Amino acid sequence: MSETSIGMSRPRREGFAKVTGQARYVDDLVLPGMLHGITVRSPVARGLIRRIDFGPEIPWSEFTIVTAADIPGRNRVALIVDDQPCLAEDRVNHPEEPVLLLAHADRQLLEEARRHVTIDVATEPAVFTVDEALAGTTIVWGVDNVFKTYAVARGDVDAALASAPIVVEGEYETGAQEQLYIEPNGMIATASPEIGVTVRGSMQCPYYVHKALMALFDLPEHKVRVVQTETGGGFGGKEEYPSIIAGHAALLAWKSGRPVKLIYDRAEDMVATTKRHPSRTRHRTGVAADGRLLAMDVDFTIDGGAYCTLSPVVLSRGTIHASGPYYCPNTRLRGRAVATNAPPHGAFRGFGAPQSLFALERHLDRVAAAVGLSPDEFRRRNFIQNGQTSAVGQVMRDPIDMNALLDRALTLSEYHAKRARFTEINPALRVRKGIGLASFMHGAGFTGSGEDHLRSVVAIEADAAGRVSVLSSNTEIGQGTNTIFVQIASSALGVPEDLVEIAQPDTLVVPNSGPTVASRTCMVVGKLIESAAMALRKDLAKVGLEGERFDAETFRRACTDYTTRFGTLRATARYSPPPGLRWDDETYTGDAYGTYAWAVYVAEVSVDTATFETSVDDFVAVQEVGRVINPVLAAGQIEGGVAQAIGWALYEKIVWREGRMVNAEMTNYIMPTSLDLPPIRVYFEERPYAHGPWGAKGIGELPMDGPAPAIANAVAHATGTDPRSLPLTPESLMALTEAAHA
Amino acid sequence: MPDAPQIDVECRVNGSTVVLRGHPMDRLLGVLRLQLGLTGTKEGCGEGECGACSVLIDDTLVNSCLVPLLHARNTSITTIEGVATGDRLHAVQEAFIADGGAQCGICTPGMVLAAVSLLSRNPEPGLDDVRTALAGNLCRCTGYMRIFTSVLHACRK
Repeated sequence: MSETSIGMSRPRREGFAKVTGQARYVDDLVLPGMLHGITVRSPVARGLIRRIDFGPEIPWSEFTIVTAADIPGRNRVALIVDDQPCLAEDRVNHPEEPVLLLAHADRQLLEEARRHVTIDVATEPAVFTVDEALAGTTIVWGVDNVFKTYAVARGDVDAALASAPIVVEGEYETGAQEQLYIEPNGMIATASPEIGVTVRGSMQCPYYVHKALMALFDLPEHKVRVVQTETGGGFGGKEEYPSIIAGHAALLAWKSGRPVKLIYDRAEDMVATTKRHPSRTRHRTGVAADGRLLAMDVDFTIDGGAYCTLSPVVLSRGTIHASGPYYCPNTRLRGRAVATNAPPHGAFRGFGAPQSLFALERHLDRVAAAVGLSPDEFRRRNFIQNGQTSAVGQVMRDPIDMNALLDRALTLSEYHAKRARFTEINPALRVRKGIGLASFMHGAGFTGSGEDHLRSVVAIEADAAGRVSVLSSNTEIGQGTNTIFVQIASSALGVPEDLVEIAQPDTLVVPNSGPTVASRTCMVVGKLIESAAMALRKDLAKVGLEGERFDAETFRRACTDYTTRFGTLRATARYSPPPGLRWDDETYTGDAYGTYAWAVYVAEVSVDTATFETSVDDFVAVQEVGRVINPVLAAGQIEGGVAQAIGWALYEKIVWREGRMVNAEMTNYIMPTSLDLPPIRVYFEERPYAHGPWGAKGIGELPMDGPAPAIANAVAHATGTDPRSLPLTPESLMALTEAAHA
Repeated sequence: MPDAPQIDVECRVNGSTVVLRGHPMDRLLGVLRLQLGLTGTKEGCGEGECGACSVLIDDTLVNSCLVPLLHARNTSITTIEGVATGDRLHAVQEAFIADGGAQCGICTPGMVLAAVSLLSRNPEPGLDDVRTALAGNLCRCTGYMRIFTSVLHACRK
């Protein structure tokens, strides 16, 4: 018998299909009699729809045309606050808001037709920045343009700041970022009042789409079916927006009586769908002369765009992460999500934490300098320790060793030697070198009581031939769900991996194990799979299957025996919180996350002082993510996240004009290519987490948090400037340098 | 364009002679996907930036979203479906599976073809050669590191 595959780099389950081009994504599917769908959108940021004109050049009688009036159920995208219409009715609140849908068999004619629809809007004053939103002169949402606020404090921040020998203030900003999955969004729907609605497509969260369609069509659970097709990247960008596209495709199918495929092209995907929330963070930090943190006052504000969507939860994670992996006795964290008339900002890997951690880690380098300590020594004196309490009152029960991570990162990157050398040689160089670090953490799974509300369920079935199916709604979007779920299930069952398959996420077949978000798939859902597998094993003990590991034949015989005697062989597991976890939604205090992944990253950069171009020359990523289930896939997650964060830090700039992204093309929205990235060197410390499968924690979002501040700190070192906002494009760095010399 | 002139274009695709029909300016990408069902060639941007639609035309790597059907006449085209020999994968494909070169998979067909094209020109590339050869193919998942490893491993086979 072989041992379990945990900790082994098993090849990607669907690898063969992907490298041969056989994997079927939504745009690869064709249904008989299928029409194509297209979305007609608002030309302006805000106003009242006066009229919709259909130009005479188009044979409109051939088209299926859907407006809000055609919606059988409730015209809302069901999520947190149901404020977002699926199709605008009398008013629009952001550019590119969906107003009208068209379907036709001829895709080119459809594109032509879209250009001949004129939506006449009486424009109203709109709000485009956080400052305008907070000024309240123009109210575009609720009574004060504020979606959500959090405030959590402990100790006496004002007194501690008043008596602190050193107080450092700072304001930091980050820009929006496009997820830029290479497969654009898309859905195919079939629908009829008799049978209900079926939607297939690219998505992270089948049950979010399911919930949205039930409300939109006023249909019972069993009449809505959502199937995830192979998904070409998500990164959060296919968390909530697919509910809208699915709704649109289904409305067209419902009205036309034909299957409808609705695929966004790149420009539409970039201009209309969600992006990372822009942010502004203000810090006031009091420190003792020896560098101990005395007080942290943090005000974190994010721009949510025109509708609430996921902003409250993005804000929550960002706020909780705003004080970082440090202990401070007096803390005040305030978070606000405000409304502007841009398309709603949404989920993107890290979910608020990269924004607030950028501000903190950039700020702490400035605090360290004010105290006269090196960036690493300052952090070392303040790392939160086992048994200490976080800013939201979470007692850190699991072992934490940030110092060990820091030591390893400093050694691997030759931080001290390089920092000294660069400082010495830079004055004589045109291309200057810098090295910077960031230390941070990322909470795994939903925040606070989120997992309690989800109450996720997974199931495992085995048939008489001993074939095992893992049933969950968690999706493979490139991160390796299929592969690690097989490793977890086969290891827990004690059977060869090739007996186990992962069921396609299809709401008709799989239970609701929650969304594929928040670094929860491996840690939370993986644990449920382990539990369900153990339960299945217990069932098989009834027919005498005992031992640790079984070959295929032994297992098959037991399954045959069981199903003959007892019928279906199926076990389920439902989430229950690890013992001792408590969270208070009212005071916003307690165990914010079951556990955290911890990390220290170091970036080495070159900055050309003539062109102001920055390149990252070396990158060291050291992290503790519990037990690593599959080293190649895990390292791939870290490398990919670091690459996205390098893009966010240096290249990816969204240019806004009156709430609309004007550079919605890959030609002028620049993501890293194979020539732009340094060696990304990934190291894991493995400290098993008691409540994850084989000790694993969440991993996916962590690598998005640290690179941007590490790079900004390195740029500060290289140039002597004080970067406070992202992205650090050549233009912004030139302005900073000129300001520094003025 | 219902009234546009239609042309027949004879070419070889993955070793077989085919006749493709369409408007001279139809994108080769669409024709391959819709007429031949070769959906392994992906559309990522439609403007020649991302490389997901890469194919080889007479052994040259091109973005099929920018190639008009007319230009395919009398050429020999290789798509991702033509890279493996039956069930026997190309060394590049094997390496992408073994070394984690594919994640979500949407850039993978184009990336594999770019790597195959490089190795046919330069059987022993260094890391810089690989970086340069893949610069027209965007990947948002991997950070490219494991793609580089895959290509370098493939050429050692």
